[in-house]
Amino acid sequence: MDGVSSMKEAENQYLTFMLSGEEYGVDILTVQELRGWENTTPIPNTPSFVLGVINLRGVVVPIVDLRDRFGLEAKDHGPTTVVIIVKVHAGDKERVMGIVVDAVSEVYDITPSEMQPPPDMEGAISIDFVTGLATMEDKMVILLDINKLINEGVLKGAREPNKTEAVAEAVAEAV
Amino acid sequence: MSIDLDQFKQIFYEESFEGLDTMETGLLGMTDGGTDLDVVNDIFRAAHSIKGGSATFGFTALASFTHIMEGLLDEMREGKREADADVVNILLESVDEMRSLMSAYQNNEEPDVEHMKGLQKKLEQVCGMESSEGSDKEEAADATEGDQRRLGWNIEFKPHANMLVTGNDPILLLSELEDLGEMSLQAHDNKLPSLTDMDSEHCYLSWSIKLMGTDIEEEQITEIFEWVEDECDLEITGIYPERKRSDRRAGDRRVPGAQEDRRSNDRRKGPRRPGDPKPAAQPTTIRVDTNRIDELIDMVGELVITQSMLGQLGEEFDMSKLVRLREGLEELERNSREIQEAVMRVRMQPISFAFNRFPRMVHDLSQKLSKKIRLELIGEDTEMDKTVMEKINDPLVHLVRNSLDHGLEGPEERLAAGKDDEGYVRLRAFHQGGSIVVEVSDDGRGLDRHKLFNIAVKKGVIKETDTLSDEQVFMLLFAAGFSTAEKLSDISGRGVGLDVVRRNIESLGGNVDVRSVLGEGTTFTIRLPLTLAVLDGQLLQVDGQTYVLPLASIVESLQMRKESVSALAGDTRVYRLRDEYIPIVSLSQLFSTNDGEGNTELHGKLLVIVEWADKRIGLMVDDLLGQQQVVIKSLETNYERVKGLSGATILGDGTVSLILDISGLMDMSSKTLDKLNKSSAALKKIQHTGE
Repeated sequence: MDGVSSMKEAENQYLTFMLSGEEYGVDILTVQELRGWENTTPIPNTPSFVLGVINLRGVVVPIVDLRDRFGLEAKDHGPTTVVIIVKVHAGDKERVMGIVVDAVSEVYDITPSEMQPPPDMEGAISIDFVTGLATMEDKMVILLDINKLINEGVLKGAREPNKTEAVAEAVAEAV
Repeated sequence: MSIDLDQFKQIFYEESFEGLDTMETGLLGMTDGGTDLDVVNDIFRAAHSIKGGSATFGFTALASFTHIMEGLLDEMREGKREADADVVNILLESVDEMRSLMSAYQNNEEPDVEHMKGLQKKLEQVCGMESSEGSDKEEAADATEGDQRRLGWNIEFKPHANMLVTGNDPILLLSELEDLGEMSLQAHDNKLPSLTDMDSEHCYLSWSIKLMGTDIEEEQITEIFEWVEDECDLEITGIYPERKRSDRRAGDRRVPGAQEDRRSNDRRKGPRRPGDPKPAAQPTTIRVDTNRIDELIDMVGELVITQSMLGQLGEEFDMSKLVRLREGLEELERNSREIQEAVMRVRMQPISFAFNRFPRMVHDLSQKLSKKIRLELIGEDTEMDKTVMEKINDPLVHLVRNSLDHGLEGPEERLAAGKDDEGYVRLRAFHQGGSIVVEVSDDGRGLDRHKLFNIAVKKGVIKETDTLSDEQVFMLLFAAGFSTAEKLSDISGRGVGLDVVRRNIESLGGNVDVRSVLGEGTTFTIRLPLTLAVLDGQLLQVDGQTYVLPLASIVESLQMRKESVSALAGDTRVYRLRDEYIPIVSLSQLFSTNDGEGNTELHGKLLVIVEWADKRIGLMVDDLLGQQQVVIKSLETNYERVKGLSGATILGDGTVSLILDISGLMDMSSKTLDKLNKSSAALKKIQHTGE
């Protein structure tokens, strides 16, 4: 692909990774770094896909198991397990989070015209987090909206219920 | 001049806001009766330096406004004017005005000059009513409004004898004046002594200057005399064609009334309370006692010495030097702890910074509400972290307003209830354990349990059949959208607020509760952690996980004995510690970290008794590890708040450990606590009959 066409068709680079035999892609600009698996400190009373937090050079970073989040069969974490550290925008601030995947695959240049809208998919992942599908070297790559995935797929459930409810709950509990 | 003034502006703003606070405090002191000359002088000085600074930075509106105010203050200083309520009130209003002008400049906004002129007229009127000097000032000020018909200026310039000593030369000033327009002047040499008596460093001359030119502004002239203001008598008056001038004056007279209305409108909207948050972009600074900085520097010096000692030791190390290495490391630990403490102290400020605004607020609101209110401030020297203080400001204002508006009764009602007609609002701050406690209390009508209960039922928060303790009913106040005020007022009671107060405080890791006795008063208690950055922690282990517990919250740790454990209805157990029953809270249950083994035998297990807000619970832990200082990292930065945790920290081995939040844990186990409250009386009875 030459420079001219890339100018015309703002292409994006995607980092792809494997998860249960499927290839997924995320915008490479959201990726901060790749790390090997390390033990996490679990956070109590959080959804099971939140594996806990790690120390990333002094920053406390939560780690999310994407297999668990997508309802895929669990797999033990080992030395080959990869953690992709992503930086996402949540409201007015940036959050750093790690997602656990089976393996990192490729970096592709994908232009919008090469992307197809996601079909109505049954099963594995919520269609909300998929921006599109692309065919690369005869393989299908599922492109994910990582911001949405983290904000709606991960954080939403973790947020405290709204205050009135909380008080009503507390009072109800008390009696 | 091409010096970049921006760097000085920030300092000017800070100093000026401080000056304004000084003025306000001084003025409020005057309303209590009597004029202390020192206080007037303080106020005058503050106004004077604001005037000087603002003229230097080209904030002409502020400079000319302050100038007039200064005139009034000057009269007070010279004893020509009594500080009666009217004068004090208008000066207070002027302070507000200056503050808002200053914020406008600071935020690079266009100041509301129209509004200022309204108040300026009022000020001038006050000045003009009684003294002739005042009316001169008024003319001068009127003339600043850019009247096209003004022909020029008369300037009486009488340098004090010592003006030359300060390095100011009248000749330079005069030649600068000449640049402005056509100047004619007359020197008065009547004070000139004979040559033998003359001191060459004294100035004996004075001048009458006539400066003609229609486009000369007064500021241009005052600017020239800026630096010699205190070393000379200066009188600047405009020259007008006689007839037209009186017309103009009559026209001006009508304006103040209209402006006053607008002023009170503004008040109602309350667009610029002194505490309005500044835009986030403003860099914040902190004032620190130089002693503290010197201390810090000394400590850094020691650290450097230790470091070089250790460095040397490392170069040529063998086992014979092990003892010295150990000593060196101990020294290093001591150094770093001291430095850390000193740095934290730099961030600590007395709570009086937050309290200072309340005298003014109480003064204003008590007039508005026609209530007699005394403000009591206790523990103003209590120090707290600057960040905590900034965040606690708004909740405090809210609570005080609440007390003034809803809590305290009017004088008649108070007398009828057999109380003194003057009510009080008391702000009290003190340290307790590892936290700061701030209380806002009043001796007003107190909270009406039944009224609250009925409202809560009406709003569907609770059912009519529910039985709640008084405390639980009062806590309903903090529920969102829960307002008890029968009629809304503009001071408080829009139905939003107390829930925000609670949220703000909880976001700092603190909590708020309320106690009240009907007819006697209400006390809100805010409890906050001492600092947000570092914590003395006790490490402990539960189900293989290491947690950090704030050391200050620990009352004691003990090994449980079977005979002291009693079971209450269901799975709740309490531990009898001396004469107290303490609910046992299992962390592994609260955090669901137990792998289904079930808690079998309590005997011999460790129980850590912790205290928060006068309540105690016992945390069951597997093991107690060491104590150490930990740096608090927020979980919210990259995740969300988690109930029962106040944050996380990184331990020496690089792993993350979670910090327990006692008040959160208590909430989580409130089921247990509540049952305990209800049955503790019964238990006591059993215990007594048993013995």
